[in-house]
Amino acid sequence: MSVPERSEPLPAWSLPAGAEKNIELAVEWPAEVSREWAFGGSTGSGVRVCILDSGVEPNHPLVGPLVDAVAVVRSPEGEITIEPDEEGDLCGHGTACAGIVRSLAPECELYSVRVLGAGYTGSGPILVAGLRYAIENGFDVVNMSLSTTKRDLAESLHELADLAYFQKTMLIASAHNLPVESFPWRFASVLSVGSHDRAESLDFFYNPEPPVEFFARGVDIDVAWMQGSSLRCTGNSFATPHMTGICALVLGSHPELTPFQLKSVLYLTATNMIGSR
Amino acid sequence: MTGDDLRAAVAAGVLRSEEGHRELLRSIVEVARAIFHARAASIFLLDEDRDELVFEAIAGEGSDSLVGTRFPSSTGIAGWVLVTRQPLVLDDVGEDPRFAKDAAEATGYVPKGLMAVPLLHEERALGVLEVLDRPARPGAALEEVELLGLFAGQAAIALDLLQAARRARTALDGSGADLETVARLAAAIDGLEDERRAVGLELLASLDKLLGDESRADGPPGSPAPRT
Repeated sequence: MSVPERSEPLPAWSLPAGAEKNIELAVEWPAEVSREWAFGGSTGSGVRVCILDSGVEPNHPLVGPLVDAVAVVRSPEGEITIEPDEEGDLCGHGTACAGIVRSLAPECELYSVRVLGAGYTGSGPILVAGLRYAIENGFDVVNMSLSTTKRDLAESLHELADLAYFQKTMLIASAHNLPVESFPWRFASVLSVGSHDRAESLDFFYNPEPPVEFFARGVDIDVAWMQGSSLRCTGNSFATPHMTGICALVLGSHPELTPFQLKSVLYLTATNMIGSR
Repeated sequence: MTGDDLRAAVAAGVLRSEEGHRELLRSIVEVARAIFHARAASIFLLDEDRDELVFEAIAGEGSDSLVGTRFPSSTGIAGWVLVTRQPLVLDDVGEDPRFAKDAAEATGYVPKGLMAVPLLHEERALGVLEVLDRPARPGAALEEVELLGLFAGQAAIALDLLQAARRARTALDGSGADLETVARLAAAIDGLEDERRAVGLELLASLDKLLGDESRADGPPGSPAPRT
């Protein structure tokens, strides 16, 4: 479905009489939103997905080609720069996430932004810089199977999460069940993910009692691992890329969707919603 | 009481506190190992100054001789659980040759499967708790991760207390003249006759109240007093 041509700029703060035509919606939603309408036949083609993690092993058989890979690097003096990633994955975590996304959305465009692996110290500012890079580059979906507990980073992350939300970049982040605050998964502009233990990769549940918004497959998953191998894993780290892959499928069918609309489609097509109809 | 006596008493208290918290950590890994019927369990402490993880307590396979062994903070399974802040369960880690090599070099023991959870206290990541080679319990993975999270909360509190005790010992070792002055003052008042001793104690109580009031008004000690 094409985006209507706009002859005038969209109203910024108000909607004067007669300006309704400027905000005509690009997507005509059916009376009942089905999975077939939402992502039937989609391969994620044309959707740009960023894996913000430990890097991705290039040409892993379960991942395939990457469009681009960069690393966020911190010099001994503390200067942070974005460099081409020559090392791939330093620990396997990012490759595992990328493989899950690829398994669900085989034709999406995968990018890697490496923010983990250079040591614990300084990892917070690197995470913020990597997320800013991802948003500035306009990725459609950013997978964040990680979080930080640093309060002094929360404001920066919150601003970036809201910026992403309004710039049509969907941030998808792992929740955790530990008795501490962590970010950015708790922000409302982020799509947060916990695990269910079903074996069906397209099963996902909307949680009417946030902060965790969705549950996706996160138990006993065969994931891509280092040196072309695979490994069976459990954790919210792996539930998150399942939601990322599903988002890539929906955006493959409906690229115009804003994060708000995308969340709405997910709500309407969630396994617990479909089951109640 | 002399200054040396006071110093010795404080040092003994700090040392006992540190030993007590180490025992608590050992107890936590022993209980975690028993609850999960695992072959081993271990706690790693993050040394932020050196950006390394340190074996702090071990139960089962491996031995206490490994306590104190260090490795870089972002390597191995423990490393990425720490940096991602995400609990994780892996099966058949032996399939990853790099992991097997790392684990064998570090511990002499290569586990088949493991669960790992970050130890988080307030906004700090203090370390990692791992449970190695528990029997498979189909359908119980999420429940096990929840349970491990509860142990992690307990272990994080113990690690926080252990670090506080170590900081106190470091402060004691390097305190020099400051602590000596306080110790001399306390010893001098302790040695006074009844009436003068009472006056001295009253003076100390007034000082304590004054500093306590300022501390309550200012928030963190050492910050300037608010203008009224």
